[in-house]
Amino acid sequence: MVTATLPGTDRPTVTHEPHHKTSRWRDVRAYAGLLLIVVWGLAPFYWMIVTAFRDVGYTFDTTPWFTHVTLDNFRTAFATDRGNHFAQALVNSAIVGIVTTVLAMLVGVFAAYAISRLQFVGKYLVLGFILGASMFPGVALVSPLFQLFSSWGWLTGYNYQALILPDISFALPLTVYTLTAFFSEMPWDLEEAARIDGCTQGQAFRKVLLPLAAPGLFTTAILAFISAWNEYLLASQFATAKTQPVTVAIAGFTGAQPHQEPYTAVMAAGAIVTVPLIILVLVFQRAIVSGLTAGGVKG
Amino acid sequence: MSTTVQSAETRTTSRPGRRRRRTANTGQGRRAFFLVAPTVLLLGVVIVYPLAKAIILSFQKDAGLDPSTGMFVEGGSAGLDNYKHWLLAQCSTPTGSIPCPPGNIGSLFWPSLGVTAFFTVVSVGIEVILGLWFATIMNREFRGRGLIRAAILVPWAIPTAVTAKLWFFIFAYNGIFNRLLGVVGVNPLIWTGDTWPSRFAVIIADVWKTTPFMALLILAGLQLISADVYEAAEIDGASRWQTFRRITLPMIKVPLMVAVLFRTLDVLRIFDLPYILTGGGGGSGHATTTLSILVIKQIREGFHSASALSTIVFLIIALVAFLFIRFGGADVVQRPPKSGRDEKPALAKTATVESTAEGN
Repeated sequence: MVTATLPGTDRPTVTHEPHHKTSRWRDVRAYAGLLLIVVWGLAPFYWMIVTAFRDVGYTFDTTPWFTHVTLDNFRTAFATDRGNHFAQALVNSAIVGIVTTVLAMLVGVFAAYAISRLQFVGKYLVLGFILGASMFPGVALVSPLFQLFSSWGWLTGYNYQALILPDISFALPLTVYTLTAFFSEMPWDLEEAARIDGCTQGQAFRKVLLPLAAPGLFTTAILAFISAWNEYLLASQFATAKTQPVTVAIAGFTGAQPHQEPYTAVMAAGAIVTVPLIILVLVFQRAIVSGLTAGGVKG
Repeated sequence: MSTTVQSAETRTTSRPGRRRRRTANTGQGRRAFFLVAPTVLLLGVVIVYPLAKAIILSFQKDAGLDPSTGMFVEGGSAGLDNYKHWLLAQCSTPTGSIPCPPGNIGSLFWPSLGVTAFFTVVSVGIEVILGLWFATIMNREFRGRGLIRAAILVPWAIPTAVTAKLWFFIFAYNGIFNRLLGVVGVNPLIWTGDTWPSRFAVIIADVWKTTPFMALLILAGLQLISADVYEAAEIDGASRWQTFRRITLPMIKVPLMVAVLFRTLDVLRIFDLPYILTGGGGGSGHATTTLSILVIKQIREGFHSASALSTIVFLIIALVAFLFIRFGGADVVQRPPKSGRDEKPALAKTATVESTAEGN
């Protein structure tokens, strides 16, 4: 596989050498385009934040900046008197997300290593199977698992495994193919070099390979965690009142009156769920982009 | 697995890895088997087993009240009845199969397939065009690249359930979207209630959320193209359209088709967005019922019939994936050139295009 210049790496990219006459006009257009992309990405998110801090009496006020600022919506979001258990849902999502990620990483890292490093019969069969698994429609799992889980009594109480097991079905393929892409770009020769210089295999792994692989492992873990944190379909079927994750909690948020959507409280809850992810994205955007595109572009 | 055949001879070698050079392939095969086995096994448990179980369930009857006797009856074999229920909209009765009465969920398969296909074609089409445009804009040197990249990742990072709630608020009758439409003189629409507005509400929210993914994949492809190629084209006096058509498009074909494949499969299984945004309703009540929503609607009424439907959905998606990979050039499993597939490796493609571009 040929190493690609991923958009995550800040290598010099293509720049047209414009004719001088049109160069200023092109610059203006380019920056207008960039502005459009920023507005595209941030405007609806900005609206969520503005609404989250807006007094419920002014829900449909369309003033585009912060007005009638209040923290009440966040209090409402965490209140349990209307049958919403948002705080518990945050804990549940964290449990399911972390356990799913750790399991997928622990199992997937070995498969990715084998696929990118070793020659073996049936390699492309395995890779094809894993890619096929990543294209598998989650909804096809629901009816058989619903029957199995209910007969095992997993659809009541604190049965987190009823959420974690199905989540493996998409987190593990994602982990394997992202890690495979990362691993096939690693300078593995350094392991040999370290061995020649007198390292044991364990030392070569700990001191040379692990530090090199860490960014890829970390990025893959973030991607797996985000995918599990954002999952809704399987959770909406297999979560109990006790294990409900945030996506299900937000989708089912009830307000003071039936049939009246508590918009501002939902936006506050949405902001709480999203802001940690946005911080992850801000800090690790370069790594995330290279992880996201690694599966698609291998040159 | 075929690797077990080889492993017998390697048993005499001390430890795998220590004498790698002499027994390179056999030792690797055996090690690879143990490294890959947990993943394959686990995926077998969480995907293959449920899929097989669903197929078995789909040939059994749903338990329920027998309308002729009023007694509760257990399932039993259903033959192809569950499939006929969906594909031919036939409902089975004690006296035989009849066309499903209007309002029966069985008559919703074809409309749902139509809605899902409509979402897929329109969403992915818009995403490709916008994604190409965004990627072209981002594919140059400028300050604040990190900011743009972070901004474009925001829609991707927000959970779909939250996206749906956010757009539900934006699309509210008194909401900001209708207000903005009012500025340009369009009357307010009932975005999450009427047939076509609700369909386009789903598409708009989906396009907003997923265009960044498309743009980033296309951008990754664009960055593989050497600046020399463009310079050569410019020296040769190629127009911008010619450059795009003859150089850019062929060179990003593989990443573009991979992105289109992934997005197509995503929209074919779309659930969260229409389910939370419109409840699968709109119009007469089914305007945004996609195939996945139909499966979920059926599950509590009987999972044998739901299993038949989910098996059909699986087959549709597998077929689309196969067609894309076989004929669409979405080369997801990239083999080394010697393994004998007809696709040329990407490197060779690059070289070809480069030489033709320079030869003009």
